[in-house]
Amino acid sequence: MFQNIGEIVVLFWQTLQSLPLAWRQRRKVFDQLFEIGNVSLLMVCILSVFIGGVLALQTGPVLVERGLGSVLGGMIGLSMCKELAPVMMAILIAGRIGSAMAAEIGSMRVYQEIDALRTMDIDPVNYLVMPRMIAIALALPTLVMFSIPVGWFGGALVSAFNQKIDVHFDSFFQNLRDVVEAKDVFNGVFKSFVFALAIGIISCHQGLITRGGPRGIGRSVTKAVVNSIVLILILDYILTRFFLYVQK
Amino acid sequence: MSASAHHPESVTVEVRNLRKSFDELEVLKGVSFTVQPGEIFVIMGPSGSGKSVLLKHIVGLETPDAGDILIQGEPVPNSGARSQYRMAMVFQSPALLTSLTVGENVGLYLSEHRLKSPGEIAAIVAQKLDAVGLKGLENRAPNELSGGMQKRVAIARALVIEPQLFLFDEPTSELDPLMAVTIGEEILKLKNRTHATSIVVTHDRTLAFSIADHIAMIEDGQILFVGTPDEVRRQSDPRIQKFIHAELTPSKSLSP
Repeated sequence: MFQNIGEIVVLFWQTLQSLPLAWRQRRKVFDQLFEIGNVSLLMVCILSVFIGGVLALQTGPVLVERGLGSVLGGMIGLSMCKELAPVMMAILIAGRIGSAMAAEIGSMRVYQEIDALRTMDIDPVNYLVMPRMIAIALALPTLVMFSIPVGWFGGALVSAFNQKIDVHFDSFFQNLRDVVEAKDVFNGVFKSFVFALAIGIISCHQGLITRGGPRGIGRSVTKAVVNSIVLILILDYILTRFFLYVQK
Repeated sequence: MSASAHHPESVTVEVRNLRKSFDELEVLKGVSFTVQPGEIFVIMGPSGSGKSVLLKHIVGLETPDAGDILIQGEPVPNSGARSQYRMAMVFQSPALLTSLTVGENVGLYLSEHRLKSPGEIAAIVAQKLDAVGLKGLENRAPNELSGGMQKRVAIARALVIEPQLFLFDEPTSELDPLMAVTIGEEILKLKNRTHATSIVVTHDRTLAFSIADHIAMIEDGQILFVGTPDEVRRQSDPRIQKFIHAELTPSKSLSP
């Protein structure tokens, strides 16, 4: 485990060092961005509407019963942008994109494509890892920025049409505007940026150390997804604690 | 078959007492040999004898536990040789990048290192594909081609580097006998055309005896003998004789 952590830190450092070459790899970055956005956008919409909706469904009746229906907009607004959108989108991207990265790089490793790159003096970090890291670091925060208002809309929709809640759109968004500040949205978007780096580096590293044929590729994919999700949740706690400390 | 006259760009490869272990398993047990400039040097032996690992050391993909690999006297792991001498390797699997077209694969070295303009790269790619008999296939995806064609694309990709040292890992494995002959002919043509030093790892006896200037017999991580194909045939070592004369005789196999 410690060897893996060390390798991941070294790979991350090598990726940072290769950033000056990013412009040369712009076509690959755009390809990856398209891949991530195209694959994930619809899923992000569906997931966000239902996360917002279920949040309203769980909390709305309880709050309304106690005469607190007016705070529902703010509560869902804050939950979505500070916590649920970044974490849930990161988990979605770990499952869809992290797994694809580990599988693609892993199969390139197993079928000697990475060895072929090395013999041509092409650094796999510049060629494979750096474009993927840039793409995921841009794509995940963008998807989260998209997910937050969609989640709000889902919450507002359920609040307005569920008979036990019955909080009107205007009232919902008025309270949301009063409570949610720009820094709260930034908070969530920054979290998602950190999660993106974690997913990217873990998945690429897992791909690069793949051994042993198709079974090895399968193992790498599973490890990449599981390790990414565990790290997302650990980082979420650390970042939340950090923001609470900073905003005191 | 004699080695071609020394070309100024040909290189010498010297392997001295090379040792390598993976975990507890010692794969190379003190391997030594010298490859003369411009010759085809075949490393032949059974599967699992350490041939491919040896080749990976020469190209710098593995680091030895002990011993030296010198190219024109430059040690390989110290990267001096990698940047100073042009090497290309054709892997056992074609190792083509499936996300790229055939043309992009062949021109990858030039495009990634920005050595030529896109127009020049296209012309070079067309020329190299023509040289391996695959003219006009630039826009095809690698997985649309047969195994033999993919291997020839891999050779074209290696040719683009204009290597001084050419390394082939099991070039005829997974190929039908006709395609194996074609690949053998390609290696001979390359020798005459580029004058590059070639090291070929194989367990294909027909290929080895038809193309080699020198053959190194390897078994269990040790070199048994180095010599010309005729000298190898005349060797009395029972392990060598067993390998080069191994035949399936149905009557013996089926007898109770």
